[in-house]
This record gives sequence, C-alpha cells and structure tokens, in this order.
Amino acid sequence: MRGGVTKTAASRRLRLPRGEGAGAWLCAGSVALSLLALLALLVLLTVRGLGHFWPSPVALVTLEDGRQLAGEGVREVPLADGDGLERLYRTGNRDLDGERWAWVRVSAIEAVGYPADLVVVERRRWGRAIGHLVAVQGAGGERLEGEAAWTALEARLAELGTLRDARDRLREEVILPLAGRRDDEAAARELEAAHARLRELQAAMAGGRLELATADGGTLTVPLAQALGAYRPNAMSPLDRLAAWGEGVWRFLSEGPRAANTAGGVWPAIFGTVLMVMLMSLLVTPFGVLAAIYLNEVAHQGRLTRLVRIAVRNLAGVPSIVYGVFGLGVFVYGIGGRLDSWFFEAALPSPTFGTGGLLWASLTLALLTLPVVIVATEEGLARIPDQQREGALALGATRLEMLSRVVLPMAAPAMLTGVILAVARAAGEVAPLMLVGVAKLAPQVPVDGDFPFLHLERKFMHLGYHIFDAAFHGGDVQAAMPLVYATALLLVLVILVLNLTAIFLRHHLSTRHGALTRR
Amino acid sequence: MPLVKEQRSSPDPAAIIDFPPEASSLAIRGLSLAYGDKTALRNLTLRVPRHRVTAFIGPSGCGKSTLLRVLNRLHDLNDEVVREGEVLLEGEDIHAPEVAVAELRRRVGMVFQSPNPFPMSIHDNVAFGLRLQGGLSKRKRDDIIEWALRSAALWDEVKDRLRASAWSLSGGQQQRLVIARTLAVGPEVLLLDEPASALDPISTLKIEELIRNLKSHLTLVLVTHNMQQAARVSDYTAFLQQGELVEYAPTDALFTNPRLARTENYITGRMA
Ligand SMILES: Nc1ncnc2c1ncn2[C@@H]1O[C@H](COP(=O)(O)OP(=O)(O)O)[C@@H](O)[C@H]1O
Ligand SMILES: [Mg+2]
Repeated sequence: MRGGVTKTAASRRLRLPRGEGAGAWLCAGSVALSLLALLALLVLLTVRGLGHFWPSPVALVTLEDGRQLAGEGVREVPLADGDGLERLYRTGNRDLDGERWAWVRVSAIEAVGYPADLVVVERRRWGRAIGHLVAVQGAGGERLEGEAAWTALEARLAELGTLRDARDRLREEVILPLAGRRDDEAAARELEAAHARLRELQAAMAGGRLELATADGGTLTVPLAQALGAYRPNAMSPLDRLAAWGEGVWRFLSEGPRAANTAGGVWPAIFGTVLMVMLMSLLVTPFGVLAAIYLNEVAHQGRLTRLVRIAVRNLAGVPSIVYGVFGLGVFVYGIGGRLDSWFFEAALPSPTFGTGGLLWASLTLALLTLPVVIVATEEGLARIPDQQREGALALGATRLEMLSRVVLPMAAPAMLTGVILAVARAAGEVAPLMLVGVAKLAPQVPVDGDFPFLHLERKFMHLGYHIFDAAFHGGDVQAAMPLVYATALLLVLVILVLNLTAIFLRHHLSTRHGALTRR
Repeated sequence: MPLVKEQRSSPDPAAIIDFPPEASSLAIRGLSLAYGDKTALRNLTLRVPRHRVTAFIGPSGCGKSTLLRVLNRLHDLNDEVVREGEVLLEGEDIHAPEVAVAELRRRVGMVFQSPNPFPMSIHDNVAFGLRLQGGLSKRKRDDIIEWALRSAALWDEVKDRLRASAWSLSGGQQQRLVIARTLAVGPEVLLLDEPASALDPISTLKIEELIRNLKSHLTLVLVTHNMQQAARVSDYTAFLQQGELVEYAPTDALFTNPRLARTENYITGRMA
C-alpha cells in the first residue's frame, strides 16, 4: 500500500510542467548555495582559529648565504616578478630583531631541517623564544646543561605553574575578601598572614633563568619567572601534540589577554558577553511581554493602537549605533550623571555610573531588542483563540486571572521565541557597545567576591569588540589573525549555546502544556 | 434614543408562553442589543423556567449566541455593545452595579460551540474554577472534581489519566470535560451554545443524554441549529428571527402545531 502511494507521488512529481521544475531547481539550488556559504564560513573559522593552537613542527632553515632561521612555515605566495615562490615563516625572539615573521625566497633556501631538540618557550613578554637549550640556571645558581637542562626546565615550569595557581587563589579567595574588612581586627591579622604567605610564594617563584642558542647564532636569556611554558615541537608524538593543542585551547578559553589583545586568552570577553546578554534578557523580557500584553489584550484596538504597533515594528529596523547614541546620551550622561551627583559624590569628578558600564550596555541592548520581543509575543498572543479567554472568564476568572493562568502560559513559547531572537541579535551587536561600556581591556570581570558581587557600573570585555580590537588595533596583525578567527568562532559558539538554552526552555514549556500549544 | 427604531412585527402575545415568576430562574425584560449601529436583539421579553431545558432555535445570525452572552455578561469586555432592558436572575438584575461579574459567571455557566479545554491536565481543567475561588482543601477539591466528572458522564473514561493533557481527549470527551469544568463551580444555570455542532453523532447523543440528566438540579438553556436535537432534549422552545422572539411554547406544541406561519415555515424548511 505504502509503496503504491510513493509511486503515485513520484509519478505526479515527474509530470510537473517544465517551468515549475526549473523553479524548484532554482529554489533548491539557492538553498544549497546558502548552506554551502554558511558551511564555508564555519570551516574557515574552525580551521584558522583552532589550527592556531596545534603545535606544528618548527623548521630550522639554512639559507644559501649561510644565515639560519627557525620558525613554522605558514604559507607561500608567488613572487611579484613571477619568478618562483616566497615563503612566510612565523619566527620568534622578537626582543632580538623586532620581527616575528620572515619572508624567504624559496629558491634561496639551501636546507630545511627539523632538529628534535629545538625548544619553544612561551613568555609573558616578547612572545615566543625559539632556540637550542644551552643551559638552565636554578634559583640557587646551580647550572645544568644538555638533556639534564631540559628535564630540569620541565620540572621547574610545572612547579612554577602550581605556585602561580596557588598565588592566584590566595589573592582571589583570601586577600580580596579580607581587604574590604580593614577595621575588623581578626581580619586584619588574617590579612597580614596572607600577605606574608604571598611574599613567600613570590620569593619561591623568583630567580632562575634559561639560555637559548638562537638560529642566527645569538644567545637569549629568559628569566624563568617570565616563561609560561616550554615545548620541543619536533620531538612531540601526535598524542603530545593533541595534549598541547587541548591545553592551548583551554588557556585561550580560561585566561585573560596579553600583549595588547594579540595573544593570550579571552576569558574576560566570554564572561562579559554572556553576562551582558543574560542581563539584557532579564531586562527586556518583562518589559517586552508587558508591552505586548497591553497592546494585544488591554488596549482598545483602534487606530492609535495600530499606529503604535507599526511604530514598534519599525523600531526594529533602526540602526544599532543610533541606540548606542541614545544610550550614551540618556543612560550614561543623563541617568548615570544624575546618579553620580546623588550617591557617589565622594568619588567625583571620576564617574561611577556616569560612564559606560555593564548596566548601561545591557539597558541599551534591551531597548534595541525590545521590538523583537514585543512583536514575537504579540504574535503568540494573537494565535491564542478567543474561546480560551472566554472559557476562563466564563468560569469566574477576572481578567488578570485569565491572563496569568491561561493566556500567558499558552504564549510562553512565543515569548521565548522573542527572547531567542533578542539574544541572537544582542550577542552579535558591537557598535552600540563601543559607546556605552565595552572596554578594550578589563581583566577584572564584573563579578567577584566584593560586595555587591555584581558590579553593574564596571566596564566589561566583549567577544565582538575583542575581535575588532585585536584585528585592527594591535601592533602585529599577522600574529593576531589566528586569535581573531578563534574569537570569531567562539562568538558564534557562544551565541549558539545561548540560543540552544532558550530553545531547550521553549521546548520544555511547550511539551508541558501539551502538543497543541505548538499549533 | 431607543435602540430599536422600528419593530418589524409586533410580537404576538398568544404565541409566547409565560411562567410564574417563582417557577422561573431567568427573566428577560425588553432586552435589545446592538453591536455599534448593527442591531442584534430587538426588545426580547421572556422567562426561562427553573430546572427545565429551554431551547433557542432560529436561522444563523438571528442573535441566539448574542442572547446567551448577555446572560452571563460576556459582552462586558466589548465596548462596542449597546444594551437596553434588563435580565433578572432569581429576581435580581444581573447588570446592577453591586453584582460581581465573576460571581455571576459562576452562577451562570457557559459552554461554547467548539470545545475549549485549557492546555493543562484533565484534573487541572476541572480544578480551574475551584482554584480561582480558593479556600478549599485538596481533599474537598478532589471530591468535587470527581463529582463533576461523574455528572458530566466522563469519570469512567478519564479516572485513570487525570494527569494527562486535556488536549489528548477526543472532541466529544473535551466537550464533556468543559461541561464538567463548568459544573464544578456549582452553577444554577447552564448556557450551552450549540454544544454538539462540532461533534460526531455518538458524542452528540452522549451530550444530549447528559443535558436531560442535568436538568434535575440545573436550569439549562440550549442553543441549537438542529431541530431534532431541540425536539429530543428540550421542554420548551423559543424561535428567534432577526433578533426578535417570534414564538415560545412547549417543545411538542411548537414542533407539531406552531401558531405562526413564520415558525412553521422555518421548522418545515429545516426538518425537510
Ligand atoms: N462581536 C460582534 N461584533 C459585531 N457584530 C456581531 C458580533 N457578534 C455577532 N454579531 C452580529 O450579530 C448578529 C447575531 O449574531 P449571533 O448572535 O452570533 O447569531 P447566531 O448565534 O444566532 O448565529 C449577526 O448578524 C452577527 O453578524
Ligand atoms: Mg451562534
């Protein structure tokens, strides 16, 4: 029976007039093209972004003239005179020659080798150092050479990592919370002890250095306290590489930025983006839903209501920078300035709320996404049959009871659809944020152990702005590019996760209210 | 300015049955209603007998639903509606300022044409009106829910799945659930606006049987398109045309021996 049905359907499709067939192909083709474009975008971001953390082998290149350089080959381009290729190497040791990149004529290369004992050291300043490990000097002055040096270096770096973690934890969990209670005597004593412990830790971390023989024949000395990690890229097994890659990705996700946003991680930006979007949702949902209820359920459905509705729809099309200007003028200077003169006079002339910050940014974006929430909720309300409302009224419900017990639960999925759209729009918005509170560098996230824990007046970092800043304002664009890709990928993922959360919520709500809610 | 500018035909008093006030639960006096400038009810005067089934019949658009909606003040929210005349429930004017609408609607329940259970469980649907009133223990509430579902002849079909979504029920079951939901708040009058028009024949018969059983303690007002249905379940039938009450008589008499030609034409036309 079933087969028969399919057959009929198939033969009917075959009998489509020509024109219609071509139309269908055109539509299918454009769908495929759109999907391909999206896929290409994601693949580019993934490969360029995540590939950056893969420790590729480091070549030791010997040129015809005897000079040597060490670095990873990045790409090749034809020479301008059409005569052979030129290859880009990513090198290190910026403190020696001021360069992190080297263009080399392929025909001028005599030999390329991958010596297993080549060492790459990640440093707090000056980027990477590359060379052969000559010696490691401990804090006490003892000097180790050869293979013993490498073993000692690895051990000492691991130790330093542990010490660093201990120091950070001590600062965040003990010293910061205590610092607010100076007048309390017991706290003051505890604080004193904590500071002593901090000094001990810092002393334990100080001292020691390593010596590298660089490819160009020089010597580079790196204080061990400056070294964040070291590895031998050419001696790694694929598993080692994977582990190093995982660690690199993790550090990117969990650490703050370094070197003017062109290196290090993006944790404060992730945190800022998510926090700002969540605050925005908290602000926009009640306002949007109440406005939609008023427009759809309470207001007289006359010309004025229609006019307001059209206006709201059009507000959704106003360019976001305009909202930014509004937020700056009204929230930051207007309300923020007023708040400062009333409550934070002691701090003036330096502004507290009278400058861009988390609260104003969230409010501005809430305003920006308000139309989306109103329109989606209104559509949901309009889909609820009047019989449901009358059914509730006929049972003796007041209008408020009818709204809260029947209408709102039924409109909840539509409301959440509105919030999903709002989140998608807000998370990707950068332009207005530049006016109302985003910061190039704000390593202090707006949530911490200090009362009131959530600091609405603080500036915050944002993934979108971080991309813009790293790509255009850093000194070294080549170095920042992989981070730009990685950050862009992350921004897409963050939006995806935020959306999936809302979709999951909506699904949960609509299954709770029975299948027909999704009509 | 009077709502009804011209009376199309003066009502024939002999064609309209009257009941003593003490035997009627609703009394409608000189009721006219217009939606904006469109008149829907013209000067209706009639009584509805207590604990009987009274059917309203008439062509589509003659004002049957409008009349029912006046009886539990569902028009209140529509500010286009202009009304004249009064409706008395047990002798009290339902539009008097001291009457609480919610209370009135609990006393005069209404069931609509297409079933409108809320998107909640069967149990919660019946509990809806009770929860609004509050002040009942869970035990008591569950007892009332069982009683209401039994009265609506639905208990045996749903007693094992009270927590299931009301929207999982069939159309006929949904309509009986809506009746149970209304019964649970303890109305004196039950208004039914074409309650079976969206249902299959078997469900229709169940609803009709239910209506007959309910009149032992309720006053029922039934609007129907279906002549046979009016004949089967009602004790009295009123025929409306273009917002006017044409004839109102015991059902047998109206169907077998109508006094007016207008009534006869309509009935024979519909019965054929
Ligand atoms: N909400 C409304 N607004 C305007 N006119 C209405 C409205 N409801 C009903 N009417 C009009 O009032 C008249 C009576 O309608 P109704 O009471 O629904 O008739 P019936 O139920 O007998 O079919 C019809 O002409 C209809 O068009
Ligand atoms: Mg009707």
